[in-house]
Amino acid sequence: MHVADDSEIPGDGAILVSAARFVENAQALSQRTEPTGVIWPNNRDLDDLLPHLADVAVVALVFPTFRDGRAYTQARLLRERHGFKGELRATGQVLRDQFVFMLRAGFDAFEVKKQSDAEAFATTVKHYSVFYQPTGDGRITALHQRMQLRLSENARQ
Amino acid sequence: MYAYDELDRTLVHERVSEFRDQVNRRLSGELTEDEFKMLRLQNGVYLQLHAYMYRVAIPYGTLSSRQLRALAHVARRYDRGYGHFTTRQNIQYNWIKLAELPDAMADLAEVGIHSMQTSGNNTRNVTSDQWAGVAPGEVEDPRIWSELLRQYTTLHPEFSFLPRKFKFAITASDHDRAAIKVHDIGLRLHRNADGETGFEVLVGGGLGRTPFIGKTIKPFVHGHDLLSYVESILRVYNQYGRRDNIYKARIKILVHELGIEKFAQEVEEEWQQMRGSALTIDDAVIEDIRSRFSYPAYEKLPHMPEELRKAAHDRHFEAWRKNSVFPHKAPGYAIVTLSLKPVGGPPGDATAEQMDAIADLADQYSFGEIRVGHEQNLALPHVARRDLPVLWKALDRIGVATPNVNLVTDIIACPGLDYCSLANARSIPIAQELTRRFANHETATMIGRLHVNISGCINACGHHHVGHIGILGVEKNGEEFYQITIGGRADEHAEVGTLIGPAVRYGEVADVIEDIVEAYLALRARPDELFVDSVKRLGVEPFRERVYATR
Repeated sequence: MHVADDSEIPGDGAILVSAARFVENAQALSQRTEPTGVIWPNNRDLDDLLPHLADVAVVALVFPTFRDGRAYTQARLLRERHGFKGELRATGQVLRDQFVFMLRAGFDAFEVKKQSDAEAFATTVKHYSVFYQPTGDGRITALHQRMQLRLSENARQ
Repeated sequence: MYAYDELDRTLVHERVSEFRDQVNRRLSGELTEDEFKMLRLQNGVYLQLHAYMYRVAIPYGTLSSRQLRALAHVARRYDRGYGHFTTRQNIQYNWIKLAELPDAMADLAEVGIHSMQTSGNNTRNVTSDQWAGVAPGEVEDPRIWSELLRQYTTLHPEFSFLPRKFKFAITASDHDRAAIKVHDIGLRLHRNADGETGFEVLVGGGLGRTPFIGKTIKPFVHGHDLLSYVESILRVYNQYGRRDNIYKARIKILVHELGIEKFAQEVEEEWQQMRGSALTIDDAVIEDIRSRFSYPAYEKLPHMPEELRKAAHDRHFEAWRKNSVFPHKAPGYAIVTLSLKPVGGPPGDATAEQMDAIADLADQYSFGEIRVGHEQNLALPHVARRDLPVLWKALDRIGVATPNVNLVTDIIACPGLDYCSLANARSIPIAQELTRRFANHETATMIGRLHVNISGCINACGHHHVGHIGILGVEKNGEEFYQITIGGRADEHAEVGTLIGPAVRYGEVADVIEDIVEAYLALRARPDELFVDSVKRLGVEPFRERVYATR
C-alpha cells in the first residue's frame, strides 16, 4: 500500500513511503514489524538510503519515462555493491522491451503499465540467451562461455 | 577479419526476432509511435523526410567481401539500389519500408552484420582506424580491443538509456585516422615502460552544437582494466549527465561543467570500487578474441615489380597511384583507397553494382577484405603492388578511381536537406558543385591536402568544425545560408575551425571557397605548406579580407 506523505503511517500492513518521508522517519519505520518499502527517485543519491538498507523490504526505483535509464545504475549499485537482498521493484514506464535489462540490473519485481506486457513476461525474459556483460545477476557472459568451451575442448584433446 | 562464433550469431538473430515482434506490435497499434520510436532508433531506424532511413554498423570499418555483397543485396532488394557510407563507419539506406526492415535485418544477420545501437541514446558503433592491422608503425591491431568494446557495449543492461548518444573511437597509430579527439571516449593504444598494452583515455570530445576537443582523463589505463574504466565513465555519465536539455546532454557538457579534474576524480572513485571485478579482461580472453581475427598469409614480393615499372609510363595510372596508394606494413603490398567522391557525385554513395564489383575485386586482389573510413571512402587493405595496374583499370571502370583522396574534392558531407528531417540546408549539391569547380586534377594536386567538410545543420554530421574548410548550412528567413570556418582538423592535432565572417548565400558558397583557396595559394610560404598550416601561421584575417572585400 502506498502511503501519501500527508497521511499517517499505519501500524501494520506492508507499506511503501516516499524517500523524503522515509529519511525523516527512518528510526520509527525501522520499529515496524510489517514490511516497509521506499520509493527512491532516480535523481537522489543512494547515500541517505544506505544506512537503513537492512530495514527495508522493498526499494521501488523509478523510470519517469523508459528513456531515462538512471535507475539501472541505482539498481546495480544496490544489488552488487551494497548487497541489498530485498525486493527491487521497477516502477514508472515499464515496458516489456526493458524486462531483460531490468532483470540483469537486479530488479525482481515490476509494476507493468500494460496488461499485454505483463502477460508476455515469461516469454520475453527467455528471448535472449547470450549476454556480453557481467552483472550481478549471475548469467554467464559470452566471454566466459567461450573460455569454458576452450577448456573443455582442450581437456578432450 | 573477425569471425563471429555461435554466440555472436545467436545474439544477432535474437535481436532480429525481437525487432520483428516490435514492428508487428507497432503495425498492430499495440505500441504507440512514441514507444516504438526509441525501440526502432536502437536498431538504426530513423524516420526521415521521405521515408524510413536504415543505418547499419560496420564495426571498426572492417568488411568481408561476403558482407559487402550482403550490403549490396539490401540496397538492391529493399532500397533504391545504392547506399551511403557515413563518417562513423556505418552505411545508410534512405528508402526502406518499415514492414520489410526485419527481413533486411535478417539477411544481414546471416553474414554477421547488425544495426544495433546505430542510433538512440546509447553506445554507438565502435570506430577505428580504417588501416588498422596494416598501417606501418602501428603499435598493434586496435581492432582486437574494438571488438572487445563492441561486445561489451552491445545491449548493455545499465547503459542502454543514457542521457544522449555515446561514441567510442580507437587508434593505435601516431597519425590519428579515427578522429579520436572528437569522440565521447577516444582511446589511443600505446605501451608503457614495461611494454604492456594500454590506453590513453580521452573524454568529452564531440562536435554538434557545442564542439569540444576531448581531454585526457588518464594517460595510461592497462588493457586489462579497459572495460572497468570505461564502465566507470559511463556510470558517472549515466547518473549525472544532464537530461533536462537535449542540447546539453552529451558527456562533453558534463565534463565541461564539472571540469576535467573533478570529472576525473568522480570516475577514479567509481573505478577504485570496481577495479579487479568481473570486468577485468585477462590475457586468455584477449587471445581468444585475437584468435578469431584472420590475417592474410602475405607472400614475399618485391617493392618495385615489373608490372609497376611498365605502368609508370601511363600518366593517368601514375596520378592515381601517387594519390590513392599508401604504404603497407608488409613489403610488396599496398593499401589502396577507393574514392567515393566522383566529380559531380554525392560524397560517400555507392551503388549495389559498385559494391558487388568491389567485393569481387577484394576477393581477387585483397584477400577478400574491404575497409570503410570516416572520410566516406573505402579501402582495399592488402593489395600486392604488382596488381596495382590491373586493379586500377578495374576500379576506374566502376568509377571509384578518382585520384582525389585527401584533396579539395574529397569532401565529407552529410545527406543534408535532400534527405534529412533535421537539416536546415542542402549539403550534397554544395559538394557536387565544389567537385566540378576543382575537377582539374593538376590544380587539385597543386593545392595539396585540403579537407572540406559540409554539414546541413548544427548537429554536424558532416564534421564541419574539423574540416580544414568547414561549411555549415543554416536557415535565415526561409533561405539557405552557409557559415564558413577554416583551420579545423580532426587528427592528432585536432582543432575546431574559426568562423571567417557572416554567412553567405547558397549560390555564393563555391565562389567563396575558390577565393579562400586562391588566397592560400598566394599566401603559402612554400608549395608544401598545407592549407591548414598556412591558416595556423597567418590566422583567419587574410582569408576573411579576401572573401569579404568585394562582397
